[in-house]
Amino acid sequence: MNATAVLQLELTSNPRQLPRLRQRVGRWIVAQGWTEPQVGELVLALDEAVTNVIRHAYENRPHQRIMVCAEPIVDPRAGEGLEIRVRDFGRQVDPAQIQGRNLDDVRPGGLGVHIMRAMTNAVEYHPAEGGGMLVIMRKFKSHTAGVGARVTEGR
Amino acid sequence: MSGNVGTLQVKTTTTDGAPVVNVHGEVDMQTSPRLRLLLLELAAKLGGPLLIDLSGVTYMDSSGVGTMVYVKREVERAGRRLVLMGLQPRVRSVLEITHLDKFFTIVRNISEVAAS
Repeated sequence: MNATAVLQLELTSNPRQLPRLRQRVGRWIVAQGWTEPQVGELVLALDEAVTNVIRHAYENRPHQRIMVCAEPIVDPRAGEGLEIRVRDFGRQVDPAQIQGRNLDDVRPGGLGVHIMRAMTNAVEYHPAEGGGMLVIMRKFKSHTAGVGARVTEGR
Repeated sequence: MSGNVGTLQVKTTTTDGAPVVNVHGEVDMQTSPRLRLLLLELAAKLGGPLLIDLSGVTYMDSSGVGTMVYVKREVERAGRRLVLMGLQPRVRSVLEITHLDKFFTIVRNISEVAAS
């Protein structure tokens, strides 16, 4: 593993860029030595973060800037991990107001925040200097949400 | 009927005499709006329960989950059932994490539909 590797990408708020983003970041995470299920979890968390930016920060306006940075981290207790940062330049919101809906209230929407939290150890939201928001997600190699591994039986 | 939605393909086949909607590809923010339209169109044309085979879906995010919730509600409003079949573990886990695995009727294959 190249502990100094940092992936930096810039994209626009066009959903058509999502498949290529997932592919590009997924390949990079594989090269950092993560397991296949964990790669899927990290890519899903990133996808949800960027989707939220397009939908909420930019309210589906195209051609707006989104910056993505992924960087290996080491925590004295949790060990090796990965930090993914998603920066937008759109609407700022109070981080305390960002929460998914009650999962018992079944309806479309409001699930992205839950998925991001389930896929990672920590999700933080910060108003960014100069406008917009910064989302920071951290996941350590001891963490797995079990995507792709938990249930294989139908019911 | 079939339709291509970016990296997504939807087509209808017949299995054991029952029409089945087969979805292939990735369901995300880009593809889910068109998928919703296609599924609602097919639901209006096909009889019986709406059977959706997701075995070809390799990726689904919250946009896709929301689409399936919406389509299920619309189908049930018309007095019919929606059944999901052949979910890949990764897709099924997204439904579990969002507590929707109990909301949907999920079977492994068409032979389990009658008992579902």
